Amino acid sequence: MNKDEDWDIILKPKRNLLDINLKQIYQYRDLLFLFVKRDIITTYKQTILGPIWFFVQPILTMVIYVFIFGKVAKISTDDIPQPLFYISGIIMWNYFSSCFSLTANTFTGNAGIFGKVFFPRLIVPLSQITSNLIKFCIQFILFLIVFFYYLNSNAITPSYLIVLLPVLILIIAVLGLGLGLIFSSLTTKYKDLKFLMQFGIQLLMYATPVIYPLSTIPAQYQFWFKLNPLTHVIETFKTAFLGSGQFSLTGLLYSCIFTTFTLIIGVIIFNKTEQNFMDTV
Amino acid sequence: MSNNTAIKIENLSKMYRLGQIGTGSLGQDLNRFYAKLRGKEDPYSIIGQTNDRTSEAESDFVWALKGINFEVKQGEVLGVIGKNGAGKSTLLKLISQITAPTTGAIKAKGRIASLLEVGTGMHPEMTARENIFLNGAILGMTKKEIKAKFDEIIDFAGCQMYIETPIKRFSSGMRVRLGFAVAAFLEPEILIVDEVLAVGDAEFQKKAIGKMKEVSNGGERTVLFVSHNMGSIKTLCNRAIVLEHGKLVYDGTAEDGVSYYLNNQNNASEKNLLQRTDRIGNGKLKFTGIKMLNKKNKSVNEIIAGDPVKFNIDYKTNCDIDVNKLLFGITFWDQHENKILGYSTDEMGITFSNLKNEGYFTLNIPCFGLRGGTYNIKLIATVGGTKMENMLDNIENAYSMTVLPGDFWQTGKANRSGNMALLKGSISQHNE
Repeated sequence: MNKDEDWDIILKPKRNLLDINLKQIYQYRDLLFLFVKRDIITTYKQTILGPIWFFVQPILTMVIYVFIFGKVAKISTDDIPQPLFYISGIIMWNYFSSCFSLTANTFTGNAGIFGKVFFPRLIVPLSQITSNLIKFCIQFILFLIVFFYYLNSNAITPSYLIVLLPVLILIIAVLGLGLGLIFSSLTTKYKDLKFLMQFGIQLLMYATPVIYPLSTIPAQYQFWFKLNPLTHVIETFKTAFLGSGQFSLTGLLYSCIFTTFTLIIGVIIFNKTEQNFMDTV
Repeated sequence: MSNNTAIKIENLSKMYRLGQIGTGSLGQDLNRFYAKLRGKEDPYSIIGQTNDRTSEAESDFVWALKGINFEVKQGEVLGVIGKNGAGKSTLLKLISQITAPTTGAIKAKGRIASLLEVGTGMHPEMTARENIFLNGAILGMTKKEIKAKFDEIIDFAGCQMYIETPIKRFSSGMRVRLGFAVAAFLEPEILIVDEVLAVGDAEFQKKAIGKMKEVSNGGERTVLFVSHNMGSIKTLCNRAIVLEHGKLVYDGTAEDGVSYYLNNQNNASEKNLLQRTDRIGNGKLKFTGIKMLNKKNKSVNEIIAGDPVKFNIDYKTNCDIDVNKLLFGITFWDQHENKILGYSTDEMGITFSNLKNEGYFTLNIPCFGLRGGTYNIKLIATVGGTKMENMLDNIENAYSMTVLPGDFWQTGKANRSGNMALLKGSISQHNE
């Protein structure tokens, strides 16, 4: 008799909660890179400006923000030059929102291909995170240009916290991934969430100190803002590079723990959904 | 038992929800969750009924597959036969891990690759070269494997010229070829092939079938092959299973599997002609029914080219006919209203005598020589010529029959489909 160990593949109705086949994901690593390559090279194919579009969007957004929030609404930036203040918020927020919304689209957006061929479904969100990281890096160059411009004029005082940058990027990516996994799994059944997502991300931006510093929030509301894990990420980033913000180690730790839990819950739900979603999508 | 079992299917079932999914599903989910909390069985699985699309559904759930058990040995080419909706595609989807079973288990050795559709995931903006890598990776190949076979793939697809062209500029046919070329060079231990491969132009079909044969003759690879083409099942597979209403009803040799399937169709293969009003004739003789019998004298409506076939045509008459002048004719028409084949008693020198009130004509064809396709049968009976006033009865589209490509030439290969006749004959070559 064959023992169960002799089989390479065993398909059963129920899987364990966290039973993700990391080995399988590793076997398909080439697919991940090819997906990333596809995302990058097809985004701006047949456009005149090509990859320059990666810069156009944050620059235009920055100009509008400077005009609306800075000049018209006159929201404080804690004496940080407005262009620098807004561009740092924009690129960080962009990375989070694209990770979140693209991951959340995993099942509904790829139903066609998922219905034909099997490969580890996690490859798709992982490739989205990676290709967006590349876009983030390109936009970060833009940030650095503005950053060094103002650094020369001694308008800002960066701190040693800059070393935390990889951690901040990791939190943003993983939090976007985790939330996206939860939403993409639930959307296969309850399409209502799609509508919630669309304006939810927008509203969340206003609940995060992207276009204003946390210090402008009255003391009695600060607690609620600090519940948002992204608050600590953005504030740490601004403290590190601009020298103005509310950095707290406990806050950052809270963000890390929150992110880890989100990822675990996301993977569990995703894992459960990926087996049968073709029947409901 | 033996160590060379490649796939083992144990008590496999799959349940689907009928009708609209979404409305009220949250309520059912909560109900289910509550039952689970109390340790009870899923309250919705009990009421699932068998998968019979012809009878009206009694519950919202249906078993697309129920209690399937079988094993496939390494190197075996297994044909999966069944009517539309019998559960073939569901079975393939479960084995290729696209969706999970409701109960039971599938165990397999080695990599599984499925060719449910070629060219999956290709991006129109990317070049043929980039798409070959992407498509190959989606099908489970590594970059290294694809690189090693890249030239062969390009050669097989026949698109050396367009390697650096985005495939959105390709014709749809070229795209299919490229997709198939990638798939053809997959080397999984277990290959799942759906009949979709049978589409495409004649040249492509030949290539695809040829590749299938190459794969199955290798003896290493285990292949699961789903098709409605009984000819290819017979020639490509060495074993077949038949699915009916989600249940496994036959497991054995491909030859017997095909005949089991053809013999056990419970659709009305016998046609009553009494109710037909669109007939021409004076009604002194009326056709009342027609049925087609296969070599085992079973009433069927599908037969295989090259097999013997009989038609029994029932009639009623008031006997007020000059029997010696009675003419009975039967003609076969293709879907484009072309007359392909005809039998007429006058030219065959057949005369009748001793006509009773009821009886039947039998047309006996020892070796049925029409290619695969659908044919309509027209019946005619006259007394003394085919003029209008002589017409006894005349029914167009009296019967619709399906011919499946078979081994007409007895070469072990299925003949091609298409509405044409097959005539016994031979070709030889001579030097002057």
